[in-house]
Amino acid sequence: MKKVALIQGNEACAQAAIYAGCRFFAGYPITPSSEIAEVLSRKLPEIGGTFIQMEDEIGAMAAVIGASLCGLKAMDATSGPGLSLKQELIGYACMAEIPCVLVNVMRGGPSTGMPTGPSQSDIMATRWGTHGDHATIAVAPASCQEIFSETVRAFNLAETYRLPVHILMDEIIAHMREKIVFPEEGELEVLNRAEPTVPPAAYKPFDASFGDVPPLAAMGSNYRYHVTGLNKAEDGFPTTKAALVDAEERRQLRKVDVAAVAKNEEYLLDDAEFVIVSFGVVSRSARFAINQLRNRGIRAGMLRPITLWPFPAQRVAEVAKNARAVIVPEMNLGQMIGEVERAVCGACPTRSILRVDGEPITPQQIIDEVEEVQHVL
Amino acid sequence: MSFDYEKYLRPGKLPHIWCPGCGHGIILKGLIRAIDKCRLAKNRTAIVSGIGCASRLPGYVDFNTVHTAHGRAAAFATGMKLADPELTVICVGGDGDGVAIGGNHFIHACRRNIDLTYIIMNNNIYGMTGGQFSPCTPTGAFASTTPYGNPDPVFDIARLAIGAGATFVARTTAYHALQIDKLITEGILHKGMAIIEVVDGCPTSYGRRNKFKSPSDMMTWLKDAAIPVEKTEGMSEKDLEGKIVTGILHRDETRPEYCEQYALLRERAQRKEG
Repeated sequence: MKKVALIQGNEACAQAAIYAGCRFFAGYPITPSSEIAEVLSRKLPEIGGTFIQMEDEIGAMAAVIGASLCGLKAMDATSGPGLSLKQELIGYACMAEIPCVLVNVMRGGPSTGMPTGPSQSDIMATRWGTHGDHATIAVAPASCQEIFSETVRAFNLAETYRLPVHILMDEIIAHMREKIVFPEEGELEVLNRAEPTVPPAAYKPFDASFGDVPPLAAMGSNYRYHVTGLNKAEDGFPTTKAALVDAEERRQLRKVDVAAVAKNEEYLLDDAEFVIVSFGVVSRSARFAINQLRNRGIRAGMLRPITLWPFPAQRVAEVAKNARAVIVPEMNLGQMIGEVERAVCGACPTRSILRVDGEPITPQQIIDEVEEVQHVL
Repeated sequence: MSFDYEKYLRPGKLPHIWCPGCGHGIILKGLIRAIDKCRLAKNRTAIVSGIGCASRLPGYVDFNTVHTAHGRAAAFATGMKLADPELTVICVGGDGDGVAIGGNHFIHACRRNIDLTYIIMNNNIYGMTGGQFSPCTPTGAFASTTPYGNPDPVFDIARLAIGAGATFVARTTAYHALQIDKLITEGILHKGMAIIEVVDGCPTSYGRRNKFKSPSDMMTWLKDAAIPVEKTEGMSEKDLEGKIVTGILHRDETRPEYCEQYALLRERAQRKEG
């Protein structure tokens, strides 16, 4: 019999991290993500893992990267203000190509914002918060069951691509309790980083002859190497040689296989005239709204990015071709709409529904907008 | 037979970036001699730094080396040590890196008494960025951002470490080359957080602005200002003004080490689980 439980989103995330092989968590208390730390402070030592509450958000990210360098799957969890503080080290993990997972339970902002309110205002901070060019992978679950599976996938993606991978949640789904069916061992795929097989003297931590994601040795194993946040050559040592810097920067950006990472849910999209693009908690209101609209004979459907970064621009462009309008409800003042507009590229009108008052976007707001658009167009 | 430093240096990585007259090379040699004395295996030793002149040291030595972000060496090292408690983890870095931008990680690593050895190469200045004042620049001294003299009071790194809970705290200078490896050796062998402050001169960014006409003047200052801790008995704060008190300043073998404490916590958690 499968194990079934009624649990909170944050707890599902913590349990899934253990399922995925996470054995190290460093964090700093912050609402609304603290339950992840609380659960892991109890569970990790029981299975031989390590939990540490660090002195600040930056230290937590640093400890996670350090533990991952020594071969452990490692995770940190935070909210917007913590994301702001961690940005430099997110860049470090991108540059030094060290896998790790960062959960961000979004609340309002800028600054301290509304700690107990839901938000989706960190979409762009996740993509572009750290300076410099870099690849970003972010997953955005919308239910407790999906928090579990997407957390496992986030670890797989981090290990596969040697990148920090973001799990973007919001206060509502993180604190919501739902039934979840725990997957059995082996039911969900669990991937580990590729380790080197070359003789230690021949090892280069960024050797592109092994592909765009070179194998990563654990420090303390038989492989000795150097890691830096400076632009580096394939041997890991800093370089300012133009050709080497250019090649490494481009490989780091190119290494994420956009098609392989992409994951969307498409709900009643085949014949949809009104396409709603939404994710996370908003997609739950959108689904309800779409059902209501369909009952009234209005053909609405939803494209729900589960992988939010890289953004599914190509799929948005495809569905926009047959749409009368693309509508983007989001709990911020207009972030995802920019990506959608860029993808739609004028193929059909686009509309925003924006909300930042700490209340969720309701199905009625979406219904009203679709009905209005229907009359205007 | 002379000591074989090359055994521990990475081929092709020299010359280093340090200016003529800088004492960082002396500290590097002291570190290598200490590692050799402790017979540390290269694969089982990690050297972790932040950003700055001193933090370039890891690139030259043949161990697991991590050149992290500015101020973050102790926090990275904490993650590494907890992930692999049998790994010898040594942090190196400068004064600004360690106790300004990295001050929070520094004091909390001391508080935890995690088994790291942290060598702070204190040259009283931000050298790499061109000589801005650091928390260790003497009050009244000149730096590129204190054109009217430094208005700030000074951090005493060793006292800070003792106050924060480090269980081995020592200080020497780049002039006292033989004491450097002696103290680092003791620090590595000590189970718990070991801070070794090595006061150094930066002729390029500090000396030129503060009446040290040549690097040898800076060395003479280190030599003359140093006073072994054993000789400070009965001396007042005023007597010690401008002095660099050297030697082992604090040692406490009674406080538990963090990784060992966490291992005990794990046992408790597993008993409860079972």
